[in-house]
Amino acid sequence: MSDQVLFYAFGAFAVLTSALVIGQSNPMYSVLLLVASFGAISGLYVQLDAPFMAVIQIIVYAGAIMVLFLYVVMLLNAPQEDASEWDRAHPLRRPGAARVGAVLALLLVLQLGWALSRTLDARDTVGAQADAETVSSVRTIGRVMFTDYVFAFEATSILILVAMVGAILLARRETDR
Amino acid sequence: MDLTLVAQLIVIGFVFFMLLNSAAIMVLVERKVCAFMQQRLGPVRTGPWGAMQPMADIVKLLFKEELRPKAADRILFTLAPIISTVAAFVAFSTVPFGASTDFFGLLDEPIPLVASDVNVAILVVFAVASMGVYGIVISGWASNSKYSLLGALRSSAQMISYELAYGTALAAVIVMAGSLSIREIVDAQAGYWAGFIPRWYLIPQFFGFLIFMTAGIAETNRAPFDFPEAEQELVAGYHTEYSSTRFALFFLAEYINMVTVSAVATNLFLGGWHGPFIPEAYGWIWFLIKVALLLFVYVWIRWTLPRYRYDQLMQFGWKFLLPASVINLLATAAGVLYFNV
Amino acid sequence: MTPLSHYLILSAILFSIGSAGVFMRKNLITILLSIEIMLNAVNLTFIAFGRFLGVVDGQIIVAFVMTVAAAEAAVGLAIIVALFRHRESLNPDAFTSLKW
Repeated sequence: MSDQVLFYAFGAFAVLTSALVIGQSNPMYSVLLLVASFGAISGLYVQLDAPFMAVIQIIVYAGAIMVLFLYVVMLLNAPQEDASEWDRAHPLRRPGAARVGAVLALLLVLQLGWALSRTLDARDTVGAQADAETVSSVRTIGRVMFTDYVFAFEATSILILVAMVGAILLARRETDR
Repeated sequence: MDLTLVAQLIVIGFVFFMLLNSAAIMVLVERKVCAFMQQRLGPVRTGPWGAMQPMADIVKLLFKEELRPKAADRILFTLAPIISTVAAFVAFSTVPFGASTDFFGLLDEPIPLVASDVNVAILVVFAVASMGVYGIVISGWASNSKYSLLGALRSSAQMISYELAYGTALAAVIVMAGSLSIREIVDAQAGYWAGFIPRWYLIPQFFGFLIFMTAGIAETNRAPFDFPEAEQELVAGYHTEYSSTRFALFFLAEYINMVTVSAVATNLFLGGWHGPFIPEAYGWIWFLIKVALLLFVYVWIRWTLPRYRYDQLMQFGWKFLLPASVINLLATAAGVLYFNV
Repeated sequence: MTPLSHYLILSAILFSIGSAGVFMRKNLITILLSIEIMLNAVNLTFIAFGRFLGVVDGQIIVAFVMTVAAAEAAVGLAIIVALFRHRESLNPDAFTSLKW
């Protein structure tokens, strides 16, 4: 029973903060609200018997990627959007792309919700299946990652290297040498 | 009501209370030790041996005027010290400080002496340490002052750079112990070789310990890595514009971070609560002694070594400490594999 | 025990909030943040299914998704920094000189 309560609490918090992220005009607040949303999703991971992934989410997403976003927002002194374009009107009344976007997003959530609740038996609960400890231990994750997914692992490491070099190169100030 | 639940709540309250006390005691210890190292007496008037000095400091801080610069962001200015302090407390929550105990038979089954027993405990400490960066960055931004912003950027860049060496030194210990739970890492250090040399990871992981302590000192922004707070260069860095309660919170967060790093180092490298001559149930006494020793080393280093310049600091972290910790990890993994430990 | 469909519907809601952010916002950084929301929703789906099927593959795929998201965020922000240096604006409508 407390499982359900926790799920609704974390879920509602994640949805609320995500909605606020896209609704804030100040990018600094958006970034911090997104960090809060990541915290809630991390809580959901713990409920799904994935404590390792929950902590990795905090370390990687909330602790590294979001700090990067924060730096960029601070260093660029990211301006807030013009008031004329970011009107405080209801999204469905804003002109042009915003209205289409809002309608499309609404359609998307309705469609996905309908599709997902129809394809699966609603009585199939998560958390009643195989023994969580043997499935989600870090040892198992490590073993499967380095045997079945080792190619993806190596490719990802090269990807990170390329991204690192690319990011440094792109953001470098052009100096006259 | 379930007695085990009550006991766990008492342990949590106890940890919280002791962390607050430890920050207060560290205030006094720092001033006395630094005074003795500089051949003077330090606080002597506030109570016997200056024992009431932390009380005087806290009262002074709380009675100061609560200032806020006019252009400072209202919400974020108050939120930043709160984030720092909360992160500092939460980081200690998964660190155990004694063997599992049943309080001399009061409980049916022993509970571990830790605020929150998770099996990925060491990663939680690391994760929450990354969250501590936010308090600093937000405080620098929200203060709307150039010294604060510069200090915050430098401080947070330093913290995230040294987190890498910190985590890799941790990873070497995890490889040796084969578990992420700090309790199991400590229990893997029980016992003795040849009857009298304790099986602490200090001995096989000596360089790992040095790397961990160095990275830990840099993480907590203490000298010789406290350039971002240096009075001569940056006024006071990210907490320039803070006064009274908010400053007290930053202060508290820094000392509690020191205690957490010392406690984690004790558990990972110095055998935690295992020690001779004291029965297992009182192992927390050894834990306290070892943590106190490491805190003394912290204060000693602060008042002995000169401060690093910022670019020297970053070079040291990236070009020396990180490769050293990676080599340490590789050597540890190779050793574990070879000796099938 | 919560039904699997609850997790999936939550993930769908988060995904559509993210996509709404990409459609509606006129600030490059907020668009990137919305993309991160979408990636998180997908991660949640993977882990929910992994737990449902009793395999660990869900968590491994999430590890890769997180890594790729980190790389993409880094490169995306570097591009934003480079763009900002040219036009002093973070509005995507300022970069329409190739539009016919």
